[in-house]
Amino acid sequence: MSSVKKEKNLGTDLRYYISLSADKLQSKWKTIVIFIPFAWLLLFFLTPFFIVAKISLAELVITSPPFSKMIEWVDGGVITIRLVFDNFIYIFDDPLYARTYLNSVKIALISTFLALLIGYPIAYAIVRSKPVTKQLLLFAIILPFWTSFLLRVYAWMGLLADQGTINNILIYLGVTDTPIRLLYTEFAVYIGIVYTYLPFMILPLYANMEKLDGSLNEAAADLGSGPINTFFKITLPLSMPGIIAGSLLVFIPATGEYVIPDLLGGGNVQMIGRQLYNEFARNIDWPVASAVAIVLLLLLVLPMAVYQHYQAKAAEVK
Amino acid sequence: MVNVKTSSGSDALTDTKEISKDKPLLEIRGVSKKFGDFTAVNNVDLDIYQGELFCLLGGSGCGKTTLLRMLAGFEKPSSGQILIDGQDMSEVPPYKRPTNMMFQNYALFPHMTVEKNIAFGLEQDGLAKTEILDKVDSILKLVELQEYKKRRPQQLSGGQRQRVALARALVKEPKLLLLDEPLAALDKKLREQTQFELMNIQEKVGVTFVVVTHDQEEAMTLSTRIAVMDKGRFIQTGTPTEIYEYPNDRFVADFIGSANILDGKVVSNIDGMVEVSTYLGKFSLTSNSNISKGSNLYVGLRPEKISISRTSSKSTNITGYIDDIGYFGNTSRYKVRLDNDQIIDVTAQNQKRPKDEKDRLTYEDKVQLSWDNSSAMLLLK
Repeated sequence: MSSVKKEKNLGTDLRYYISLSADKLQSKWKTIVIFIPFAWLLLFFLTPFFIVAKISLAELVITSPPFSKMIEWVDGGVITIRLVFDNFIYIFDDPLYARTYLNSVKIALISTFLALLIGYPIAYAIVRSKPVTKQLLLFAIILPFWTSFLLRVYAWMGLLADQGTINNILIYLGVTDTPIRLLYTEFAVYIGIVYTYLPFMILPLYANMEKLDGSLNEAAADLGSGPINTFFKITLPLSMPGIIAGSLLVFIPATGEYVIPDLLGGGNVQMIGRQLYNEFARNIDWPVASAVAIVLLLLLVLPMAVYQHYQAKAAEVK
Repeated sequence: MVNVKTSSGSDALTDTKEISKDKPLLEIRGVSKKFGDFTAVNNVDLDIYQGELFCLLGGSGCGKTTLLRMLAGFEKPSSGQILIDGQDMSEVPPYKRPTNMMFQNYALFPHMTVEKNIAFGLEQDGLAKTEILDKVDSILKLVELQEYKKRRPQQLSGGQRQRVALARALVKEPKLLLLDEPLAALDKKLREQTQFELMNIQEKVGVTFVVVTHDQEEAMTLSTRIAVMDKGRFIQTGTPTEIYEYPNDRFVADFIGSANILDGKVVSNIDGMVEVSTYLGKFSLTSNSNISKGSNLYVGLRPEKISISRTSSKSTNITGYIDDIGYFGNTSRYKVRLDNDQIIDVTAQNQKRPKDEKDRLTYEDKVQLSWDNSSAMLLLK
């Protein structure tokens, strides 16, 4: 009798230890799983950032790499740390940079607004369509990603050029005799940015609106609100998280955009991405280029902080 | 749908509540709704009068919600007409109808406070700010939510949300208030309590309610009249008592409460006195519909209308053996096996606490069943 009891005890003990070690194993796995993205961020985001920050505080010298060392051993075992803020002062002094930053932000803001204006109805229409059509439309939104971004921008060059498709059609239709200048204008840059980043606006909007409860619209109608009023009082406020997410996803990369202003804007549209490239590749001034990058980063962190604040507030309400 | 009254005494049982019957507030005329090949609502006719609390009762997919949504204007009838206060609603969009709806999931606006939710409908009517505030305050008082007016729906309990939804719909003083499963999302205790609250509020404001529910107990408690629906049709319309005591077919008898359904054959029909023979013997029942001799129909006998005991008496109709017992505390449900192996359900009140085990009816006890012949229900289909 007692031996049976003992065995039973042993059994439960064993089970207890197994479950304990399983718990431990699980928590170990948790740590590993969380560590991987952390390591990734550390290695590929934070480290490069500190390298860029370090270079931005160096001086241009004719060596390879073309910047001064931050930490140096002077004879006698003294460590000197040299931080040069000239690059930042230079950026703030030269009005060219301020203008370029402002222009970048302006173009990015207008592009974001245009993308929202075009993307919102599209997202709304996708949400409202039948399941089969919905899948098809979502597929169509993602389809452009299957071809290279660069190729698509080149395609726009072909469309917008003086002898390009659009002008040829306009001349053929007799709308104009001489080609209208489209390529290498700010207009072309807007087209490029809005076209490229539209999916990043539509997808978060779609994800947000898909979750909206259709009965809220019915409730509003039932309480005497017409369709337009319902849109502004119910649908629009409730899709705000989607609007903010989509706008950030367009605004942030658009501000630092290099390829589109370079290819579609030519020399006529000054954006900070091109400026950065010029400093880095043409002037081979790595320290100034790094300083430009750091300032751009700070400019972009601001809207991100606003977004985070909004999200935290939204989470609080829930 | 034939609406045959199988009772003679039903007039005496109609509800005592005063409802003006001169002109219906809501008239549903031959309304059907088809979704593709599927007919959700099939040629329905109904009049609802001012001050009624009317229940559309049926299982899921019976078309009750579709009918309610047609009243609100969210669905257009495929054919037929809906009139409210004599006015045809066919071309009237939801936002211009004199109806308000309380949604099953409440559909409260999550980005607005309780106060704003309730004020929303009044704002659409373009009322003055002070008037809106007054109305919101008084309706909040009615549903006892004054302290919660600055809260958001997410910060309320289920019962509180239910009351906000009711207040939001009521504050507009609609001619017709439509309620889609108003109590389904609440737990049982709260549901019972809220049933009475809902009735009190309806009585206070005097608004006509149309309630959709699948819960027969809820329908019985709440309503002045019930329409039992199945497969898009009205099977029977009447007061709770009429529906329960005089169902006119098997579906209703079985759906509302429970019933022993017996196959029967008409032996004779003399001036509305119908004699039907079943395996439980002969039943003499009154009916004012045309039933010819020799036709087959059904007789329903409710379990609680049968009394069960171990001792035989003069009134004993049949004897049997207890096959199964369901003990619910206040009542017990017995399955009694007859000599011909048929099973009869009997419900008995547990009025006295059994003194000992012997006092209690138990398995395989031989029992005497008796009933009042007039308690049986004549079911035509």
